[in-house]
Amino acid sequence: MSGTAPTFVEAALGGDRRALARLLSAVENGTAEGAEALRALYPRTGEAHIVGITGAPGAGKSTLVGKLAREFRRRGKRLAIVAVDPTSPYSGGALLGDRLRMRDLLTDDGVFIRSMASRGHPGGVAAATRDVANVLDAVGYPLILVETVGAGQAQVEIARLAHTVVLVEAPGMGDEIQALKAGLMEIADIIVVNKADNPAARITLQSIRAALGRDRSAGHHGAAPSAKDEEAAGWDIPILQSSAIENRGLAELADAIEAHRAYLQRSGAWENRRRRLARADVEAWLQRHLLALLERRLGGGAVEEAVEAVQRRRLDPITAAGTLLDALLRAEGER
Amino acid sequence: MRKIRVLIGKPGLDGHDRGAKVVARALRDAGMEVIYTGLRQTPAMIAEAALQEDVDVVGLSILSGAHLSLVPRVIEEMEKRGISDIPLFVGGIIPPDDVPKLKAMGVVEVFGPGTPTQTTIDFVRRVVAK
Ligand SMILES: Nc1nc2c(ncn2[C@@H]2O[C@H](COP(=O)(O)OP(=O)(O)O)[C@@H](O)[C@H]2O)c(=O)[nH]1
Ligand SMILES: [Mg+2]
Repeated sequence: MSGTAPTFVEAALGGDRRALARLLSAVENGTAEGAEALRALYPRTGEAHIVGITGAPGAGKSTLVGKLAREFRRRGKRLAIVAVDPTSPYSGGALLGDRLRMRDLLTDDGVFIRSMASRGHPGGVAAATRDVANVLDAVGYPLILVETVGAGQAQVEIARLAHTVVLVEAPGMGDEIQALKAGLMEIADIIVVNKADNPAARITLQSIRAALGRDRSAGHHGAAPSAKDEEAAGWDIPILQSSAIENRGLAELADAIEAHRAYLQRSGAWENRRRRLARADVEAWLQRHLLALLERRLGGGAVEEAVEAVQRRRLDPITAAGTLLDALLRAEGER
Repeated sequence: MRKIRVLIGKPGLDGHDRGAKVVARALRDAGMEVIYTGLRQTPAMIAEAALQEDVDVVGLSILSGAHLSLVPRVIEEMEKRGISDIPLFVGGIIPPDDVPKLKAMGVVEVFGPGTPTQTTIDFVRRVVAK
C-alpha cells in the first residue's frame, strides 16, 4: 500500500495528469496514501496564488471562471480550477455541473479542472479543498481559482483558503447587497458585477459603491479600504464590471487579480495570508488527528455517542467535548 | 470516505439533454457524485474531463444516431490518455443490431430509451465494485 503513494507523487510531479487526478482523489477521500502524498508534497507548496471566487448561485461564477481562465491562458499562464458544488444532504450524492460552463477550456493542456462535492462541509468549500489546492500548487500550477458553492450568504471560509477573494455579484438578485453589507465585504478583495450586458447592472454597481462608501459624494473613489488586514489599508477594493457571456471586463478582472498579488507582496500582507493558510492547514490536520486518536483510543462509537447525546440534549457540546478529551487523556495516561 | 464518481457526457450534435439529465439526477439521488459536462462535447473534451475528474465510470448519451462513429472516437481519446480501463456505457437511441457492435468496441453496457433509472444505478454499482 505505502509503496503506491510515492510513485503517484513522482508521476504527478513529472506531469502525469492521471497520476495527479488520482492523487487528488486520495487526498479528497482522506486515505492514508493521500496523507502520505500531502506530506511528501507540502514542502513544494506555497508558490501558487490561490484565488477564491465566491458569490450567490447563478451570479455567473463558473462562466466567469472559464472565461477568466482563458484570459490567463492568453497571457501564457498555466492554471488549475477547483469548483465546489453542494452535496445533497438527503442522498449524499452531488451533481457537479460547473464544468458545463467552462467548455472552451476542456482540452487545453495548461488548465486542470477539478470538481468537488462539499460532502457536508459548511462554508462553501469541501473539507479537503485546501488539500486539493495544495497538491495542485505542489505540482506547479502557479494560479489556482477556487469556485465556492455560493449559498447566497457570507461564505467566509474561502478567506481562510485563498490569498485573494473575488466576490461576484449580478443584477436582479435583490438582497445580495444586504449580504454585502452583512459581511461579504469583509472578505472581498475584488468585487465584480457580472452580467453587465444587463442594463440593471448599473443599479447593482451603484448600490455596491454606496454600500462601500464609494458614491460620488464620498469625495474620491478609493475610500473603501478592506477591513481584513491592518496593512490592507493600502488596497482599495476594485469594483469592476464584466459580461462573461459577451467576453467583456475579463482583462480588467485578470489585471486586478494580478495587481492584488503584487500589492500583497509589496505590502508584506502576502506573508500574513500565507500564515493564515498555514494555520488553516495545521488546524485542519490537528482536528483530523485528534478525531482519529479519539477513535483509536476510545472506540469508533465514542464521538458518535457524544453527538447523539448532544442531539437529544442529554449533554451540552461543551461538556461532551470536555468528557471526550478527559477520557482520551486518561487512556493515554494508562498506556 | 469514498464516493462513486461518474461522468455523464453528450458527444455529438444532439439538440437536447433531457435524458442525460434524468440519468445524472438519478445517479446523484443514489448517492453518487456526477460530473455533467453538457451538450455538444467533443470526444477529446469528454476523455479529458474523465481523466481530470478521476471518474469510476463514463456514460455517454447519444440520440443523434451517430453512435457508431462517436463511440470509437471517445474510446480512441481515452486510449490516448491512458484511461481506457475506465468502464464505458452508452444510453440513448441505439438500434438493437448496433448493440453487439458497440460492445465489440469495448462498451460494457448499452441502455435504450425507457430503461428504468434503477437499472442504470445497479449497473454502475456493479461495475465499480469489480
Ligand atoms: N446575461 C448574462 N448571463 C450570464 C453571464 N454569465 C453567466 N450567465 C448565465 O448565468 C447562469 C448561471 O451561470 P453560472 O456560471 O452557472 O453561475 P454560478 O452558479 O455562479 O456558477 C447561466 O445561465 C449563465 O449562462 C453574463 O455575463 N451575462
Ligand atoms: Mg457554478
